[in-house]
Amino acid sequence: MRFARKLIALAALVSGPALAQTPGVTATEIKVGNINPYSGPASAYGTIGKSIGAYFKMINEQGGINGRKINYITYDDSYSPPKAVEMVRKLVEQDQVALVFQPLGTPSNSAIQKYMNQMKVPQLFVATGATKWNDPKGYPWTMGWQPNYQTEGRVYAAHVLSNVKDPKIGVLFQNDDYGKDYLKGFEDGLGDKAKTLIVMKQSYEVTDPTVDSQIVNLKNSGANVFFNITTPKFAAQAIKKAHDLGWKPTHYLNNVSISVATVLKPAGLEASKGLITALYLKEVTDPQWKSDKGFQEWLAWMKKYYPDGSVEDNSNGYGYTVAQTLAQVLKQCGNDLSRENIMRQAANLKSLELPLLLPGIRINTGPDDFAPIEQEQLARFNGERWEIFGDVVAAQR
Amino acid sequence: MDIFIQQVVSGLATGSIYAALALALVMIYEATDVVNFAQGEMAMFATYVAWSLINAGVPYWPAFFATLAIAFAGGLLVQRLVIRPVQNAPILTVVIVTIGLLVIFNSLAGWIFTYVQKPFPSPFPKEPVRIGEIVFGSHDLGQIGVTLVVLLCIWIFFRFTPLGLAMRAAAQNPVSSRLAGIRVGWMLALGWALAAMFGAVAGIMVAPVLFLDPNMMGGVQIYAFAAATLGGFTSPVGAVIGGLIVGVVENLVGTYVKFIGTELKFTVALALIIVVLLVKPTGLFGRSIAKRV
Amino acid sequence: MNDARARQAFIVVAILIACALPFVLSNFRLFQFTQVYIYAIALFGLNLLTGYNGQISLGHGAFFAIGAYAAAILMDRWGVPYGWTLPIAAVICLVAGFLFGLPALRLEGLYLALATFALALAVPQILKYFEHWSGGSQGLVLIKPGAPFGLPVNADQWLYFLTLAVLLITFWVGANLLRGRVGRAIVAIRDNPTAAQAMGVNTSLVKSLTFGVSAAYTGLAGALSAIVIAYVGPDSFNIFLSITLLIGIVIGGLASVPGAIFGAFFIQFVPNFAQDISKAAPWAIFGIFLIVFMIALPAGIAGGVKMIWNRLTQRRVSEPSGA
Repeated sequence: MRFARKLIALAALVSGPALAQTPGVTATEIKVGNINPYSGPASAYGTIGKSIGAYFKMINEQGGINGRKINYITYDDSYSPPKAVEMVRKLVEQDQVALVFQPLGTPSNSAIQKYMNQMKVPQLFVATGATKWNDPKGYPWTMGWQPNYQTEGRVYAAHVLSNVKDPKIGVLFQNDDYGKDYLKGFEDGLGDKAKTLIVMKQSYEVTDPTVDSQIVNLKNSGANVFFNITTPKFAAQAIKKAHDLGWKPTHYLNNVSISVATVLKPAGLEASKGLITALYLKEVTDPQWKSDKGFQEWLAWMKKYYPDGSVEDNSNGYGYTVAQTLAQVLKQCGNDLSRENIMRQAANLKSLELPLLLPGIRINTGPDDFAPIEQEQLARFNGERWEIFGDVVAAQR
Repeated sequence: MDIFIQQVVSGLATGSIYAALALALVMIYEATDVVNFAQGEMAMFATYVAWSLINAGVPYWPAFFATLAIAFAGGLLVQRLVIRPVQNAPILTVVIVTIGLLVIFNSLAGWIFTYVQKPFPSPFPKEPVRIGEIVFGSHDLGQIGVTLVVLLCIWIFFRFTPLGLAMRAAAQNPVSSRLAGIRVGWMLALGWALAAMFGAVAGIMVAPVLFLDPNMMGGVQIYAFAAATLGGFTSPVGAVIGGLIVGVVENLVGTYVKFIGTELKFTVALALIIVVLLVKPTGLFGRSIAKRV
Repeated sequence: MNDARARQAFIVVAILIACALPFVLSNFRLFQFTQVYIYAIALFGLNLLTGYNGQISLGHGAFFAIGAYAAAILMDRWGVPYGWTLPIAAVICLVAGFLFGLPALRLEGLYLALATFALALAVPQILKYFEHWSGGSQGLVLIKPGAPFGLPVNADQWLYFLTLAVLLITFWVGANLLRGRVGRAIVAIRDNPTAAQAMGVNTSLVKSLTFGVSAAYTGLAGALSAIVIAYVGPDSFNIFLSITLLIGIVIGGLASVPGAIFGAFFIQFVPNFAQDISKAAPWAIFGIFLIVFMIALPAGIAGGVKMIWNRLTQRRVSEPSGA
């Protein structure tokens, strides 16, 4: 027994202090943890967790990162905060992962944020557009990824102020943190004018079958600008109903519902003409990317590694790109995969270009900048595809 | 005035969605005394079957009727395989079984068809009907029509056919029914089969408006419960009227009662149900059941 | 060895094991067990109403939410120490439950179930509406308490013991209640309300009080949950919670005190287990579990345990005469 103990101590000494302090990491693998809603009301987003797994599968088949394979452990939290807390504790305390990557949903992330920072485990590239994940001083172990909703709202507000004469604005929003965050950004962007320019706000719940009634009210308010904060199903309904009613406002559509195949076509391509949105990723059903090299790589990857997934679902483009971001971070870590260094490298991404990001949009992070993607590009739907116009817009703080 | 009428029209349209599924719920309750929590998901799954057929090239109406047949068979199977073993168990046990069915159908649909929403064709013309300033979606009108036809069929079936009478007897008093020569087991299975079929009709009717995805019927089912509760679970007519009332009142309250607005619209609909129940506990058109002491 | 003695022995052994667990299990497992105890308290409440009193509630998630938010708001806005939030939340829910029970007297069976269903559905929307108090969609992030008086246990162990203590006290009180006259009145109302009334039971009062007490138990569980999870948000209290509680009491065993515990273990661990079996369609597996359980054990796990126990004890009794 004593001899075995000595041997173990010797081995620990030889393998170096780095390994003793790097949970989830061995010479051959890195354990990456994740929670996603595979069941429950938000199960549509579960495909993101699956697409990430498919990407790591490809990485592993290509030899891994610096010789280490990624051991991807993902659990279902049913979009329920108590379950999220339980599953994250399982990942950290039982599975001893190196980091928790892309946990999904504002409620789940809110519930685990304190714990992650107390335990000093990276809560990296969270899958939500809420604004509060960019707080390096308060929560040094938490980092967002996608452009946050408030930024996008502000971009639209700025466009309204400089492009629409005498605007009267109507807003339709989903009554939850996602909808309210967009609305806040929009109202902040309008500043003092928000109260006078916004003539009507209508909300809806995810359990509502249609938003027809809300569109009727919005048209009736005399609004000539419409900010449409809806998820895909309701976006299609809203666009269609507005068109049927003969209401033709300057129509801003939030980035979540931009899919040509699953939103605009069912709503009617004619009805969707003139829609304005802000993009950062290539929309995977937009015909203009058909011969784009990045898109084709993605398509080939989907066919080979995630055949069950839908090639019309932008969530799968999102998952692919965020997984690539983590791959870059891990690559930059080299042999030091301690949790501190993982966060350090995550805060050290400089002008990272990824195949599905729009040309001109890059990922940048720094010790004070925990918002990897802050640029967006305005685009207008011309009946066939999203036509990009103007310059890349950067977020204002 | 115009907006009032338009909101009423919109309310009738959404109300008919609730009514369509509520009819299936009432059907099963009348026939088997069970509230089927899985009704919405079964309807959704049947709609996916229809979608698969249409996607494979089958024209709309043949696919429609083929789906009804498949749904009929499916309902029969579910009753025989899953419900019959717990027939004599306490009512809550059966409820849990239907909840189990709910999650199975939902999960399977998501796994087989993915969660991306799919457009679903409508047999009605695309152009809306305009009367003055009021716009009626053609599909909405068609849907209301189909719902009324289904209602008529159910009503005639239960009121005027011997089979319908036998089914109601089997549900309310299985022991006496057996003594009267009714094959209770098959009546229950038939009840499920018919309800599944009507559920499929509801699903196919609403999919063009709601877009087909595994969670399509989730919200609708809740409203369908509200509609059936309001109208009375024992009354098909009540279910339809209940659905229409819920749809219209919800819209009007959301539009005209400013301090509630849209953020409490749903709550108001629910409060309405509870208030009605307090006044008339078995629903507007439900039968009161006298108890023998 | 008769049944009552055997039951007492089981309980003592179970309590001893439960007290020993914090020194054997990891913090994570303790956290899971604490969740089980919280569910058990909630299920006891629901079982009291639905199992023993026959009033079907599909909306107990609402009381769980009220208790949780009451505790959260007290701690977050007024800095009330968490210990005090427990009895306060219980009292609030007692009143809320009683008030809901009064009009519910008019509703029977299915319609009561649907009215409670409606109540549970309204909860998330109402929570989001009163943003100023509830934190709206964002919810409230709370501070997880540590062990008091410098006791040599960590936060998880402390919360485990606290929850276990609450469970034992509330179960003891409840079980005694059910064994006495009140309990018999409650069950009488379920089995034959007309006869009960004829025998002098004030059915209206008993039914409303039962509603209140049932809500108090579930609200207390909600308050504990807020403390242990250290977060409340509308998404934690949607209709699935009410359905999960219903599943818990039916699978655990209606009208059975240990049923609450069996049910709690089921709803805590079986979904995780289903996940391990299939990540593609985890809830399909869960649904299959539900159906299989109900077909095999229509009286729930408690019913099954009783059946097995009866079989075993019968054999012992018949052995001398048989062999």
